Amino acid sequence: MNEPLNGPASKPPTSNRALAGRLVLFAAGSFAFGFALVPLYDVLCSVWEVGNRWTGQKATAVAEHPQEDRLVTVEFIASVPDNGTWRFAPKLAAMQVHPGKLYSAEFSAANLSGHDTVGQAVPSIAPSVAMQHFRKTECFCFTPQPFRKGETRNLPVRFVVDRDLPVDVDRVTLSYAMYEQPRVAAAR
Amino acid sequence: MAHAEAHAHDGHDHDHNHAPAGIGRWLFATNHKDIGTMYLVFALIMFFIGGAMAMVIRLELFKPGLQFVDPGFFNSMTTMHALVMIFGGVMPAWTGLANWMIPLQVGAPDMALPRMNNYSFWILPFAFTLLLLSFFLPGGAPAGGWTLYPPLVLQAGDSFGLTIFAIHMMGISSIMGAINVVVTIMNMRAPGMHLLKMPLFCWTWLITAYLLIATMPVLAGAVTMLLTDHYFGTAFFNPAGGGDPVMFQHIFWFFGHPEVYILILPAFGIVSEVIPTFSRKPLFGYESMVYATGSIAFLSFIVWAHHMFTVGMPLAGQLFFMLSTMLIAVPTGVKVFNWTTTMWRGSISYEPPMLFALAFLFLFTIGGFSGLMLAIAPVDFQYHDTYFVVAHFHYVLVPGAVFAIMAGVYYWLPKWTGHMYDLKLATWHFWLSTISVNVLFFPMHFLGLAGMPRRIPDYNVQFADWNMVASIGGFAFGLSQVMFVWIVLKSVRGGGPKASARVWDDTNSEGLEWTVPSPAPFHTFETPPVIK
Repeated sequence: MNEPLNGPASKPPTSNRALAGRLVLFAAGSFAFGFALVPLYDVLCSVWEVGNRWTGQKATAVAEHPQEDRLVTVEFIASVPDNGTWRFAPKLAAMQVHPGKLYSAEFSAANLSGHDTVGQAVPSIAPSVAMQHFRKTECFCFTPQPFRKGETRNLPVRFVVDRDLPVDVDRVTLSYAMYEQPRVAAAR
Repeated sequence: MAHAEAHAHDGHDHDHNHAPAGIGRWLFATNHKDIGTMYLVFALIMFFIGGAMAMVIRLELFKPGLQFVDPGFFNSMTTMHALVMIFGGVMPAWTGLANWMIPLQVGAPDMALPRMNNYSFWILPFAFTLLLLSFFLPGGAPAGGWTLYPPLVLQAGDSFGLTIFAIHMMGISSIMGAINVVVTIMNMRAPGMHLLKMPLFCWTWLITAYLLIATMPVLAGAVTMLLTDHYFGTAFFNPAGGGDPVMFQHIFWFFGHPEVYILILPAFGIVSEVIPTFSRKPLFGYESMVYATGSIAFLSFIVWAHHMFTVGMPLAGQLFFMLSTMLIAVPTGVKVFNWTTTMWRGSISYEPPMLFALAFLFLFTIGGFSGLMLAIAPVDFQYHDTYFVVAHFHYVLVPGAVFAIMAGVYYWLPKWTGHMYDLKLATWHFWLSTISVNVLFFPMHFLGLAGMPRRIPDYNVQFADWNMVASIGGFAFGLSQVMFVWIVLKSVRGGGPKASARVWDDTNSEGLEWTVPSPAPFHTFETPPVIK
């Protein structure tokens, strides 16, 4: 407040221009504060061990100590919602993995749409309790995949099943649906 | 409260109604009344555009299955309905009322920064033209929800850049409007108009203005990060580059929760003036109203994560956000108590502004209670992203904020136009709106508790009956608002009896606006009024 609540209001202590200037500075400070929330968020995430960066570090940590005495089956499924535009299938239907060890798998995709396109794979993991324990360190679903007309290509995914996977889960399914990017579809 | 001498000048010493002629009067307007009028007309137009989108939504949801629009367009409808109603309807309506009434209520000749006032209005039509143009771009209008969550929002078509730019412009406009309100209230009060003598509408707006200046720039920052993520390869929200999409939700809701109070606090001010007038008693607990408003504003900064309990956060975080959110019920309860106590043993009459204020009191409280339910972290996991949330925020925004705007317009319209509007028709408008708004939104509570998700164009047949009921209520509510336009136009064009300076036949409405003639002359309070 610029003046006592019950004081006389006849003479404002700051001119309109000065007060408006201070308020513009206040707004600029708020804008800067929005960006200051970015490093603040990182600090709080590492304090409370939550958030993206923390789980990334955890994935590296678990990858260094594999559980040799436990085997989990990972199944791969590929689906194409827009029929006839893609051929999309896993190279292997399933593999046996040790929790805590880094593996890679490949999918094969072919563009049958008759024109150049950009695909986007959308992943899904079942059962849902396994979702937070299945860590993809590299995946073709992270980025849009450009395909020439008629091009066939292998798409890699690297993953770790972490050691905290509940003991009653012995089978995890990783499935992908391949879509044409809506922006590409709209532009055509 | 302010008690003013009858305004001394008689309007004949020089021409008080001299207003510039032609389109220039509006393009170059610096008069607070003209700018207020433009804001209100703009808000009304946006209210109907956003309303038309709501009608499309209710039409598609009338029956299960896809009947009228494709899912992508449906998503554009929900997204644009929210953006248009929040930034184009409710916020400009409040700024319009502030422009019209704050100088009149504090005894100032105009807003403190009239030229900036002109800029802040004229940015808006351009911002919304850009936003609405996005319908005609490849990929259509934004469809990822008004909350603009990445990564979904980054997959928008060419509309993305326009949307972000439009939001920047809206933000600049409302920050300038807020600065103007603060400077006007701080510097332009008539001698003797102490802060704690101001009408509550000025108080709630002063606090709203501070909320705007503190949080709109944070939204501007968040959408700027989206912009650079999309076009310039930064990775604020992109996990592949070390970012985190959840961070966007934190920054957004740090703005978003104060924003919902920006939409509702001026409503508290209007209701705090209408209820005493038509109860013919002074407001009960004036100072506690001011402190309650301040407390709500303070709490709004520390509760944001209750919008996102389901993203995963430590137990301590869930408890903190749950309990601080529930704490808001205390100052809000003080307000509801004060309004009710103001009416106690009052000599109440039921003119349209009072009817809308009473409906506000009941229906806003229902929205408050469902808000308390949503605040409980463990049950929020069931309610999150269901129609229960839709019911909650529509109860606080439609029979809350929008009804308070209606109450304010019906309260001050004779002061603006000089003519009493058709009270009978306005009473019909009230009853039709109130009945239909409940038919529209109450069933959404049942739908949400039964598990119907938000933002879907098609649904399981188990939800069919209540959706049909809600749609019928929606169409009735939409049609009822046409009456409002008719009533306002009739009063503007001089229908109805001439209004007196006091307008309402009571002795308790103490604001300075009742000391100037009706219609309020183009220039008022060129000599400051004397306040006892």
